[in-house]
Amino acid sequence: MKILVLIGNVPDTTTKIKFNADKTAFDANGVQWIINPWDELALTRAMELKEAPGSTVETIVVANVGRAETEGTLRKALAIGADKAIRVDADPLDAAYVATQLARFAGEFDLVFAGIEASDYNGNAVGGMLAEMLGINSVSAVSGLNIEGSQVIVNREIDGGSQTLGVSLPLLAIVQKGIAKEPRIPAMRGIMMARTKPLEVLQPVDAQPLTAIRTFEMPQPKAACRKIGEDQAKELIYLLRDEAKVL
Amino acid sequence: MSNILTNQIIMNFELTEEQIMIQQAARDYAQRELIKDVIERDTKAEYPTHHIQALSSLGFMGMMVDPIYDGGGMDTVSYVLAMEELSKVDASVSVIVSVNNSLVCYGLQKYGNEEQKQKYLKPLARGEKIGAFLLSEPEAGSDATSQKTLAEDKGDYYLVNGTKNWITNAHSGSVYLLIAQTHPEKKHKGINVLIVDKDTPGISLGPHEDKMGMRSSDTHSVMFTDVKVPKANRIGEDGFGFKFAMQVLEAGRIGIASQALGLASGAMERAVAYAKERKAFGKFLFEHQAISFKLAEMAVKVENARNLCLKAAWLKDNGKPYGVASAMAKQYAADTAMEVTTEAVQIHGGYGYVKEYHVERLMREAKLTQIYEGTSEIQKIVISRDLLK
Repeated sequence: MKILVLIGNVPDTTTKIKFNADKTAFDANGVQWIINPWDELALTRAMELKEAPGSTVETIVVANVGRAETEGTLRKALAIGADKAIRVDADPLDAAYVATQLARFAGEFDLVFAGIEASDYNGNAVGGMLAEMLGINSVSAVSGLNIEGSQVIVNREIDGGSQTLGVSLPLLAIVQKGIAKEPRIPAMRGIMMARTKPLEVLQPVDAQPLTAIRTFEMPQPKAACRKIGEDQAKELIYLLRDEAKVL
Repeated sequence: MSNILTNQIIMNFELTEEQIMIQQAARDYAQRELIKDVIERDTKAEYPTHHIQALSSLGFMGMMVDPIYDGGGMDTVSYVLAMEELSKVDASVSVIVSVNNSLVCYGLQKYGNEEQKQKYLKPLARGEKIGAFLLSEPEAGSDATSQKTLAEDKGDYYLVNGTKNWITNAHSGSVYLLIAQTHPEKKHKGINVLIVDKDTPGISLGPHEDKMGMRSSDTHSVMFTDVKVPKANRIGEDGFGFKFAMQVLEAGRIGIASQALGLASGAMERAVAYAKERKAFGKFLFEHQAISFKLAEMAVKVENARNLCLKAAWLKDNGKPYGVASAMAKQYAADTAMEVTTEAVQIHGGYGYVKEYHVERLMREAKLTQIYEGTSEIQKIVISRDLLK
C-alpha cells in the first residue's frame, strides 16, 4: 500500500501576522515556517500505520505545492520518516490550483491524507477538491483511522458523539485532531537520513486559480476586559445598562 | 601569538536546515516533555530515567559521534543549539546529556582505539549505556595535576586505589573514564586514563549528594579498592591521561557553556513573559523602565553568551584551535547564567521565590555552571595565559 500525505508549509503558529502596504498579501519577512499542524498529525498516523505489526504499507510520500524555500518543511517530513517528497514548483495560488497540481500524481496512491485545514488561510478545501478530481472516496473530519484488509475503518467526530465508518480504498481522508496523539519529534538518525532521501521537483501543469485575494483585514483589537467582583452585582447591572447600554 | 589578539573574525551566522531541525527537536522535547515533571524531579532528586531513554532513541546521547559508531553524526553547532533548548527547561537532564556527549563519547571517539570504540563507544552513542568522567578528587578539583588515585602497573592490568568526588552519572552510568596516577614521580606526565566497567569488583559508591541544584542528576563519590583494570582499557600511550583530560575538558566546556546559556535564555524568556502579564502601579511591568532595562541587559548578555558558544563550536567543527574560545564561552555564559537567573527571580518578586515559577530552580542550577568542568577562575587562567603567548 502506498500512502500520500499532503504537507502545507505554514507560518509558525506564534508568528505575528502582518500584511503588505495595500493589504493584498501576507508579509512573509522573518517568518519561520513549519508543517501545517494537522498535516503533521496525519504524517504521524501514516508512520504508525507503516510501523504496525503486519503492516501492508510500503511507502509514505509527502507532497506540497510551493517554491524552493518550502523544501525545509518537506525535509522535516522526511526526517520524521516519510520515504520520499514531491514538490510542485509553483506558488499555491488557491485551493483549486493546488488540488489540480496534486491530482496529477495523487491517483497513484491507495490512501491520501489531507489535514482538515491549514493553519494559515483555513481554506478547508484542498482535500475535498482533490478527491473529486480523482473520483475516489473521501471522508472528512476523521479523528481515527485503521486499515483492516481492503477496508479502512474511520472514526469521525459528529455533533454530540462519534461515528464509525467502513470505507473501501482508494480513500482520501481529511483528518483532524485526534488522528494521532502528538506530532513526532524527528530523531537525529532521521534528520541525517533526510539528506539522502529523494525530493522530486515537478513543473506545474497549466491551471488557473478560481479565486483572487482582494484584501486582508486584521481582526479588531479586543476591548479591554473589566473584572467585576462576585459580590458586585449592582455594579455589573449599572455598567451593562448605563455604560455598555445593552440592557 | 595569542589567538585573541590576532582577532580573526568569523561572520556567517546562518544556521543550516539540519541545525534548525535539531534545535526544534530539542525545543519540542523540552517544552512538551521535560516541563511536565521537572519541578517534581527536582524536589525529589529523582533521576530522569524515562527522559534519558526517550532522548537516547531520538539520538541526543551520542549526537556528535560518527554514524559508523551508532552516533548522530551532527556537528558541535547543532550540539550547542540542542543543549541550550534542553537547559532552558531542565539542566539536570542536560548535564547528563553533556557528560555523555562531550566528555565520554568525544574522548573515546577522538582517542580510543578501534576495539574500545566497538565495545564502549557504540552502546554509549546509542544511549544504552551512560558514561561518567572521573577526574575530581577530595583534594584535587581545579588542581587536577595532584591526582592521588593510583593505577599501579601490574603487567597486564592496572591495580586502582583511591577516591573520586562529585561524579555526575556515577550511579546511572556504567562506563567510567577514570583519570589516575601511575607514575607519581613523573607528576602530570605519569597520569593515565582508563575505561572502567562500573561492575568491576572493588568499586563502591558514596551516598547520593544532596545538591543545591541539578538535583535530578545523580552525583556520588566513587571509591576504588584494589580494582583490576585490564591494560587494554587504557586510552592512548602510557602517561597520556592528563593531556587527555585537558583536551576533553576543552570540548566539554562548550557543552557546559551552552547549558549555562540555556539557563540564562530560559530565565529571560520567563521574565519577559511575566513582565508582559503582570501589572504593578497600574502598568505592565515591562512599561516600568526599571524592569525593561533589566530585560534589555539580559538580552544583550544572552546574545553575547550565545555568540561565544556558537563561535567555539564553529572553531571546533572547522578543525581550528578552540580552547580559548571555549574557555571564554564557559566563563561568560556561566557568569551570565548567574546574573540573568538572579534578575529573573527579582522581576518575578515573591513568585520568583517559589518553585511553581521555575526561575528559582534555574538560579540554583546556574551556580553550578560557574563551578564544574573548570571554575570561572580556571577559565580566566586559560584566557589570560593565551594573552601572554
